[in-house]
Amino acid sequence: MYLNIIKFGEALIESRSLFAEAAWLTLKLTAVSIFIAIFIGLFFALLKISNIKVLEWIANLYIFIVRGTPLIVQIFVFYYGLTEIAMISGFWSATLGLAFHNGAYIAEIFRGSIQSIGKGQNEAGRSLGMNRSQTMKRIILPQAFRRALPPLGNQFIIGLKDSSLAAFIGLTEIFGAATTMGANTFDYMTWLLVSAVYYLILVFLLTLLVSFIEKKMAASD
Amino acid sequence: MSEAREMIRVEKLNKSFGDLHVLKDIDFTVKESEVVVLIGASGSGKSTLLRCLNYLELKNDGKIIIEGKETDPKKDDLNKVRQKVGMVFQHFNLFPHKTVLENVIEAPTQVKKIKKSQAIEEAKTLLDKVGLADKADDYPSRLSGGQKQRVAIARALAMKPDIMLFDEPTSALDPELVGEVLATMKELAKEGMTMVVVTHEMGFAREVADKVVYMHDGRIVEEGEPHQLFDHPQEQRTQEFLSSIL
Repeated sequence: MYLNIIKFGEALIESRSLFAEAAWLTLKLTAVSIFIAIFIGLFFALLKISNIKVLEWIANLYIFIVRGTPLIVQIFVFYYGLTEIAMISGFWSATLGLAFHNGAYIAEIFRGSIQSIGKGQNEAGRSLGMNRSQTMKRIILPQAFRRALPPLGNQFIIGLKDSSLAAFIGLTEIFGAATTMGANTFDYMTWLLVSAVYYLILVFLLTLLVSFIEKKMAASD
Repeated sequence: MSEAREMIRVEKLNKSFGDLHVLKDIDFTVKESEVVVLIGASGSGKSTLLRCLNYLELKNDGKIIIEGKETDPKKDDLNKVRQKVGMVFQHFNLFPHKTVLENVIEAPTQVKKIKKSQAIEEAKTLLDKVGLADKADDYPSRLSGGQKQRVAIARALAMKPDIMLFDEPTSALDPELVGEVLATMKELAKEGMTMVVVTHEMGFAREVADKVVYMHDGRIVEEGEPHQLFDHPQEQRTQEFLSSIL
């Protein structure tokens, strides 16, 4: 098996509208699932540091389940499970599956970054008469979020690439488009490499975005 | 003339961290406009006593009466007490993600819900008072230790507290920066602020304090006016401590 550069170039150009649409779907899957995952992650991170045993236990159970099972299984469970109880599209099954999955990792990222903020910050807020939630929201979380950005960016990239698993429940995102084209042309190699190019571009753009935000938030250094 | 109002009264205060009994039957009062300096070796319990006064540490036993009111941490709103009792920390604890001005207006706008424009107005006056009006828009990372501590003082004052607590406010500073912080504190004392100060600055204690309290091993060993305590300590422990540091 060898790769014909010219053929590859032609494939890349000819398929651009199909893959543009597929890349758009990948972006939507990633953006929406990560957006939801940030809230899930924050919620479970706060449970974990709540000092209330039951809540910590719930958070630990969630993280245990997510980390202990493959993402593809989780996506299928959401797909078959949710389509049975609610009329829910493949897009939303995949999005919620990805959000559920990434939320656990983001919870651990947030927990670590919140705990890395010295207790003096909390004491300073409290000594000024701010209550627990004001101190958390206005003093601790903004600093913790900044510290969480590098690992969060990493998790976003993982989330973007993991969205390729949505192909298995019939979504024509980038990887789905590649396998469809591969099956149609009996030339999987070309189309998988085409999909790789799209992933590289998207990850590159995402990396730029994260470092842009990091720089913006570094104003106080 | 009537007696000065009692701002803080502590009776039979006991505090333990696990098995470690750090405060033992502390009795202690502070009157209005009084400057009380707590001295003693590290581990003697002076910082813990200070932190009990605004409930950063919760007592195990005894009474803490602030401005005539006893507070029950389980029932009462501690945030109300803390608004009356400002605190300055050894390590400043400025909010690094906020500018100097934002640090100072944070609590007035969030806790007292004062209008932002008014809070800024008041913050600028306070920053001017601590000599940092020109630093209002800088982030704390741009300031020296002494400047940070003065901002921290302004931040605490912005809540218009009746009492100010200082927990070793100059211990983390380079020697040449200590003076500017002590000067700010002296100024505050002169204005009649009620202050409780944990410090190793004996010069400050001698010059500014109305009362010096020597603590050892969780107990108050001796207290008195500075000249009395420094020049004629009654207890042997106090004499030993003073000779070890002077």
